[in-house]
Amino acid sequence: MRDSRTLPAHTLGASASSSRRHRRPRGSTLRPSHLLIGIAALAVLTLVSVLTGAAELGWQRVLAELGAQLTGGVSPLSEREAAILWQLRVPRVVLAVLVGAALAVSGAAFQGVFRNPLADPYLLGAASGAGLSVTIVVTAIPQVTLGSTGLAQVAAFLGALGGVGLTWLIGRSAGPDTATLVLAGVAVSAFLTAAQTFVQQLRVESLQRIYMWLLGRLSTSGWYEVLTVLPGLFLATVVLCACGRLLDLLGTGDEEAAALGIRPGRVRALILVAASLATASAVSVAGLIGFVGLVVPHLVRLALGGSYRVIVPVSLLFGGAFLVGADMLARTVMAPAELPIGVITAFTGAPFFALLLHTSRRR
Amino acid sequence: MSLVELEGLSAGYRGSPVLSDISATIGAGGWLGVIGPNGSGKSTLLKAVLGLVHHGGTVTVDGRHVSGLRQRERAKLLGYAPQLPQLPVGITVTDYVLLGRTPYTGLLGRESTGDLDIVVEVLERLDLLDLAERALSELSGGERQRAVLARALAQRTGVLLLDEPTTGLDVGHAQALLDLVDELRHERGTTVVTTLHDLTMAGQYAERLLLLDHGRVSAEGTPGEVLTTDVLGRHYSARVSVLPLPDGSPSVTPVREAVRRPLEG
Repeated sequence: MRDSRTLPAHTLGASASSSRRHRRPRGSTLRPSHLLIGIAALAVLTLVSVLTGAAELGWQRVLAELGAQLTGGVSPLSEREAAILWQLRVPRVVLAVLVGAALAVSGAAFQGVFRNPLADPYLLGAASGAGLSVTIVVTAIPQVTLGSTGLAQVAAFLGALGGVGLTWLIGRSAGPDTATLVLAGVAVSAFLTAAQTFVQQLRVESLQRIYMWLLGRLSTSGWYEVLTVLPGLFLATVVLCACGRLLDLLGTGDEEAAALGIRPGRVRALILVAASLATASAVSVAGLIGFVGLVVPHLVRLALGGSYRVIVPVSLLFGGAFLVGADMLARTVMAPAELPIGVITAFTGAPFFALLLHTSRRR
Repeated sequence: MSLVELEGLSAGYRGSPVLSDISATIGAGGWLGVIGPNGSGKSTLLKAVLGLVHHGGTVTVDGRHVSGLRQRERAKLLGYAPQLPQLPVGITVTDYVLLGRTPYTGLLGRESTGDLDIVVEVLERLDLLDLAERALSELSGGERQRAVLARALAQRTGVLLLDEPTTGLDVGHAQALLDLVDELRHERGTTVVTTLHDLTMAGQYAERLLLLDHGRVSAEGTPGEVLTTDVLGRHYSARVSVLPLPDGSPSVTPVREAVRRPLEG
């Protein structure tokens, strides 16, 4: 009787010559095609978004204006149109790119660190910390408006970092493993959200403004928001994009990662600090925009495999593109009224995500 | 070839001692089999050698104190395959084996062509080339064990620490894996330390055996000296029969106690 196993035990290592006809494996690296597709998606959505709005600018004239800016030529736009383009639309689109990229990259990092595809940037209390801080500021200082002052942004930024810091302190005191940290995040989030609700109830008249902030919003006053969040976002995303291989290593567990020559505790701390900085920066200018940090890295993983060397940088591009598209819909679906962008990201992302999960499981 | 020496090694978790005063010498290119009943400290011994648990005493490889080495330098000396490896979700076999080159790449850098050459050679040797682009999650148990071994071999270390490398494998695949480790040991002079539950296999492949019980060395010597009915009965609380195989190595067979059944009718 023939042995039906495809690989009889005694032949291990013996079929080397027959295997040579196979294509040489390369390992997962970021390929130019990944970047090109991401950049193309980002460029198309950015251009369409810049052209979309109440004032009709025309794509030929906008392209001519871009050319004029680059070459120092004569602008085809009136002064008012140029202001609409450069002080309203372009900063808003750039902010959408930055916030989307930051949330997607930090989401990917959280998923890698916690070895859990359901992790998102708000897992460790960033959202609840920012929510409580902003609520305190808005209720304590009624003059504060969410779109025109840096105070709410500073409060959100510090609150987000404070929430993560508190989770980190509690988690570390209870144990070194990541599961403890996640549980600490759940406890801290629940407590801070309860505190935020309590403070909110003290000043019912501020409910609507806080509610709008909680749903996420992208509004700009010129380039102010872009310039204030750019340094933190840039630093964090550079660090996270460089950490793809380390995230793959963390996936082997702490003992194996240590046996392979890294210090997993330090690496995890570095990545969480960078991801929290990116999240806090995004939250400070855009409030709580859900789903981007969960869905985008997951879609990239389904399409291109599980290596974070690819997931992180590609999520950067598609996170930016996703939020530019969502912002465009938020501005146009009920124009001239504007929908909270968090509603759009959940409305569009959730069904698409469910469909993709369904089809991928069936395959 | 690497000479490994353990001197007064003790280890534990959160203040609970697991190992006490372990001393052993594994000759360059030798194979030490660590055996013992469940909870005797076999896996902890390997982790202590790697510096993964709090430990006292000394571990030297070719006279170099392992505890004094930086983590990356340690990873260039000691390759490790755990009993229950955590496999990163969704990554391919090639990506996983490439992680074995970590000690030789920059902390944030990429692997060189030379690193990839080594990985391809290891994949070829372990018959994993056909599976190189497959996700780890799609592999069978035996294929995964080979991928884990491949990752450890890609480290190109003089010492290989394998914790229950045949866990979950049928007898054919278990033999094939241990044969391969033995071949590599002879080709490259790799020093091998394995923990093994299968005592007959431990006796066939390891040159010397270290029997641990309650974290202490209970017996040490050649398989013929350690695998005796008396020693195994004492430390495993087991009824076994030990008979010599044609090559002289001992074969350990569990013997069931006679069952007394009531007569029918």
